[in-house]
Amino acid sequence: MDYKSLENISLAVREHIIRMATNGGCFIGASLSCVDILVYLYKNFLNVTKENLSSLERDYLFLSKGHDVPALYGLFAEIEFLDKDRLSNHLKTNDDIYWHPNRKIPGIEFHSGSLGHLLSVGIGVALDCKMSNQKNKIVVILGDGELNEGSVWEGLLIASAYKLDNLMIIVDRNQFQANERTELLIPLEPLEKKFEAFGFCVKSCNGHDFSEIDEALKDFPFEKGFPSILIADTIRGKGLPSIEEKADRWFCNFTRQEIDNLLLELHGKHITDLNSEKIIAR
Amino acid sequence: MTYEEILINELGQNENLLVLTAENRAAIRNIPNLKPERFFDFGIAEQTMIGAAAGLALRGKLPVAHALASFLTMRAFEFIRTDIGIPNLPVKIVGSFAGLLSEANGPTHQAIEDISLMRGIPNMNVICPSDAEDLAICLPVILKSDSPYYIRFTNLQSSIKHNPVFTPGKAESILEDGYDVTILTYGCLLKEAVIAAEILQSENISVGLINLRTLKPIDSEKILEVCKSSSLIVTLEDHFRVGGLYSILCELLISEQMMANILPIAFDNKWFKPALLSDVLIFEEMDGKSIARKIKHSLSKSRIFLNQFNT
Repeated sequence: MDYKSLENISLAVREHIIRMATNGGCFIGASLSCVDILVYLYKNFLNVTKENLSSLERDYLFLSKGHDVPALYGLFAEIEFLDKDRLSNHLKTNDDIYWHPNRKIPGIEFHSGSLGHLLSVGIGVALDCKMSNQKNKIVVILGDGELNEGSVWEGLLIASAYKLDNLMIIVDRNQFQANERTELLIPLEPLEKKFEAFGFCVKSCNGHDFSEIDEALKDFPFEKGFPSILIADTIRGKGLPSIEEKADRWFCNFTRQEIDNLLLELHGKHITDLNSEKIIAR
Repeated sequence: MTYEEILINELGQNENLLVLTAENRAAIRNIPNLKPERFFDFGIAEQTMIGAAAGLALRGKLPVAHALASFLTMRAFEFIRTDIGIPNLPVKIVGSFAGLLSEANGPTHQAIEDISLMRGIPNMNVICPSDAEDLAICLPVILKSDSPYYIRFTNLQSSIKHNPVFTPGKAESILEDGYDVTILTYGCLLKEAVIAAEILQSENISVGLINLRTLKPIDSEKILEVCKSSSLIVTLEDHFRVGGLYSILCELLISEQMMANILPIAFDNKWFKPALLSDVLIFEEMDGKSIARKIKHSLSKSRIFLNQFNT
């Protein structure tokens, strides 16, 4: 597999995300943590193309932690679901490219923003695909902070009860919720064991290493008759050392100058001195 | 035909129709055996049932989702609003034991804000049939609709012969020419309204009676017509006074810059006494006799008021 071309796409998506973090800003940290997973899924795993976006045969990706949608906007621009020029319409009233996903954007299967919803929607789609004897894969991206929501655990019970082995949850395990490290606020560990106890077949991988993602996803379902969960260990803010794993760099609205510097930082040429306002509480 | 018989019949005719429940099988006891491939029980998980109904609707299916009205409309409210309402998916949600039908369960089970909650969701329609026959008339039409619906389920026996034609947004006029009073109602209280009307008519009071059927869309035309022709309008409902029919009427009158003499009969900022239906009706003064008494009292007050006004 050509990991280099995937890395190039990831880099381009990260550039798009950084450019969206000004003039109103975006949830940059969570967007950067899931980029590599999304790039891998759309390039190597999901049967989703510009041509089959409305076909019942396509695979489905549901972005349940919707605030990381800049990663999808950037990726969809790179894989031509979306005209690149439209990214400059971010937060503008002349388009529908805002802080959370919506179905007016080609490729977005369902709106989200309220956490803990799209596992249940994914379960509905997975049930129908099973009922129709179709081979679609259904992937639901959950945030680790999102796992606080009770509806996620309700959904796990039901996906397991219906043996939805066409369903895969990927947890973007970036270790942070809005303001705080997950393990300091509402500890999730031992997470693998929790998911296993709920009847899922669970794998973990480095969510920034394409060879590890590749290895984890080479066989799907992980085990026939069981729904799958991949815990992707990631870094919030991945690619920008000046915001990586910083609790107060959750939602960012940078100045034009900072954006220019962060773009250099992404290419390893610079560490940005950030002066823009920190979001210290949700 | 019963509700379940109609559903089974429609399952035979429409291959996209599915029956969902959050372990509330009272109205659909035979479907799991008769149509197992079209039936999904999500256990006691209203939120996931609604989210999954949205997912199934995305795939072109028409889910009819059942749960107890209070847990459906309140526990899963945000799922209904966000996953059904925003995308305007044709999911039908069926709330059982709503209003007085929760009988002796107590306030946890009293869905007497369900109409207020559901009608506040853009795209959502609300139907409150008065009894099993009324529901059976309305159901096939609703199942053919492309819009989301909240169905306030009832299995009560009918006390009157219903108009067999149902159009959403069209009320069923049971008694016309209520120059003295017109009662607007829905759901199980229609039966009591019929009794009240008989009492009032026996005392030479002219009574109009309207079974609204859908609360959203509402039959504005019919309501405004009776507001012009009746001295007193009664809104009779097993719902909080806030947000239900009384509120709908007030909103309508204000938007039309009209006035009316209104007697609201509803639960005013309180839950009702848990007991068997016939006993609750008497305790809460919502039985036919009590309704007639309240109307006569209100008519006498409004006559005094009108006399003062006219002199």
